[in-house]
Amino acid sequence: MKKHQNQINDLVAYKNALLIDPATKLNIAGGILVENTKIVDVGSHLSGTNIPSHADIVDCFGAYLAPGLVDIRAHLGEPGEEHKETLDSASQAAVAGGITSLVCLPNTNPVIDDMSVVDFVARRARKLGLAKVYPYGAVTKSLSGKEIAELGLLAKAGAVAFTDGFESISNAHLMMQALLYADTFDLLICQHPQEPALVSGGDMNAGDTASRLGLAGIPKQAEVIIVERDIRLLESTGGRIHFSNLSTLESVDAVRQAKNRGLQVTCDTAPPYFALNQLAIGDYRTYAKLSPPLRDETDRQAIVEGLIDGTIDCIASDHRPQDEESKRLPFSQAAVGGVGLETLLPISLELFHNAHLELIDVINLLTYSPASIMNLPAGRLEKGMPADFVLFDPLQGWKINDQNLCSKSKNTPFDGRPVQGVVLRTVVDGRAVFNIETNNN
Amino acid sequence: MKNPAGINTRSDMLTSFSRQHLLGIEGLSPNEIAFLLNRAETYINQNRQINKKKSTLRGRTIFNLFFENSTRTRTSFELAGKRLGGDVINMSLLQSSIKKGETLIDTAMTLNAMHPDILIVRHPASGGVKLLSEKVNCAVINAGDGSHEHPTQALLDALTIRRRVGHIMGLNIAICGDILHSRVARSNIYLLSTMGARIRLIAPKTLLPTNVETLGVESFNNMKSGLKDCDVIMMLRLQRERMHASYFPSSREYFHFFGLNYKKLELAKKNAFIMHPGPMNRGVEIAPEVADDVSRSVIREQVEMGVAVRMAVLETLAINLDTSQPEFFDEKTPKPNQ
Repeated sequence: MKKHQNQINDLVAYKNALLIDPATKLNIAGGILVENTKIVDVGSHLSGTNIPSHADIVDCFGAYLAPGLVDIRAHLGEPGEEHKETLDSASQAAVAGGITSLVCLPNTNPVIDDMSVVDFVARRARKLGLAKVYPYGAVTKSLSGKEIAELGLLAKAGAVAFTDGFESISNAHLMMQALLYADTFDLLICQHPQEPALVSGGDMNAGDTASRLGLAGIPKQAEVIIVERDIRLLESTGGRIHFSNLSTLESVDAVRQAKNRGLQVTCDTAPPYFALNQLAIGDYRTYAKLSPPLRDETDRQAIVEGLIDGTIDCIASDHRPQDEESKRLPFSQAAVGGVGLETLLPISLELFHNAHLELIDVINLLTYSPASIMNLPAGRLEKGMPADFVLFDPLQGWKINDQNLCSKSKNTPFDGRPVQGVVLRTVVDGRAVFNIETNNN
Repeated sequence: MKNPAGINTRSDMLTSFSRQHLLGIEGLSPNEIAFLLNRAETYINQNRQINKKKSTLRGRTIFNLFFENSTRTRTSFELAGKRLGGDVINMSLLQSSIKKGETLIDTAMTLNAMHPDILIVRHPASGGVKLLSEKVNCAVINAGDGSHEHPTQALLDALTIRRRVGHIMGLNIAICGDILHSRVARSNIYLLSTMGARIRLIAPKTLLPTNVETLGVESFNNMKSGLKDCDVIMMLRLQRERMHASYFPSSREYFHFFGLNYKKLELAKKNAFIMHPGPMNRGVEIAPEVADDVSRSVIREQVEMGVAVRMAVLETLAINLDTSQPEFFDEKTPKPNQ
């Protein structure tokens, strides 16, 4: 494989870079020194004669160097849906997008509700040697929402957190038990907050657009009802909860208040929810059919506001590959979801270009913050940390073209969108696993 | 009448345990508990003789009234009653025949008309035994009510500990497992802490009652910190019949984290010993080799102490009956608070 470049020397210096490390608030010109798989030095002093003479030198020519992105919500298709995505194609897409750590959803076949499946996914990904893949374990057996899965043993096998993925845990008693049980082992439950009874049969956000298009609406309340319910449950159970994919003003408010009350609540959103609104559906574009559905402009602005004030802790890709056959259907029959690994960085950088956030804050939402929530050894440029980082140019423009994506499925809601921000090189454990010059696409 | 220890039984007992019923441990004083344990102590040797029979309860009618399946507790009470010379009648009224409180009261009235002296009652509902006791004039012993109390189990556990160590005061006692559904745990928490032991509960959070610390115990979610410095480890049965699947995912996961094996036993004090109220789920809450290790496990001794404790309770309540109750109960006599 072209993208694997084995290092000849075990000491490599990246010099002449603009370092961004949200964990240490580092935002300075300098360099980074890598020995084998680890970062051994980082800072402005790494230039010229301060670099050990026997080190290989990579000149970054003033590019930004940040921790590799950490994506805590991606569906990788394997095992079970290899026609949509494989660990191989997803990992290629991830490193092309600057992502070095992925947390993958358990909605596979078989479901990741058993130690052997955790092991399978982790081992397959390790063998590929691209992005690091950490599996979520299922909260309930077979994602049925009825019985708690073996959270303790799954965590021992390597599951970093627990979610039913696309399924919302709708039974309040079970959710309460799951929160209690997870807290026994200090584990994190991630909820996709969508009350199934309100989502069922719906195609898009309930509102004027749905009324005009004649599509069945999904009310915004479907989200906030579960968010508020789970916050109430957490008050009695203790422990932590993370809400995935927030899309509405009301649920951002609910999380903001819960945080103010001192509860251990975190949440993320995905690029479509701060970069698009329901108008993206236009004339029944099924690539814009997502879960939760794209909301209206007020909600989009509320999500941006949540990212600015820190209510929303991080941005995840919510990568959900669907083959063309699942999308080229009447809107109501089309599958939900969009791919997002390769567009995560440029779309998130719009927050910087639109002057909503500083660059380092955007990078924080994509690296240190998600890594902290999941407790991953990633997202930091520090001595002793794995040498997982990305070189990028935040200004260079390009146009998203679904056919150029590395993902096996091409269902991006951002097709044709002009963006800024190009990944130049992605490094995992000291190895350059993606290089813009050698990339065929 | 003199007891084997030579104490004047009647007057001594009235000052030491003068209640009509034994419905629970909660509220008993250290003196009352010590009294029952001391009485039980006197029966241990007698039960090891060839002639085990006494005539203390001669002429007394005892109903073993079980609304829930039981083998060991019922047999233990039956044996205790018979060894004291009483007439013991076993009645099994399983859950299906008693569905409403109304029916339970009717049952109580019916039985009361037969002039029993002591009712030994197990009921699947917490508080069921107390409800029944309010409708009868005889003595009532709670042989387990729902997830509430099982006082004779706690007494026999205390007796076992006291005989093994010599005292209860100051011991670190861990109760591990399904605390939420366990009447054994509740009775033991009350009894052992009343007698000066420090209680820790070890269980996944799904199997701990809400705010259980208000009972004066410490709670732990893992064996490692919970078993540290423990003198006694009391394992509870996982009451799978009382729970749905959302309390814990599987037996293998439960055993992995909360089952007692030699490795986890090493976390406790060197000479810590193991108790279990039975029946055991081998390989679920306790490893077979630990349960069968006679140098560490006192499980069989607990069963022996059970008979002695129940003899002491039956004897004490029977003696109290003589003084506190009218000889002939008239059904038409209105009772207070009715």
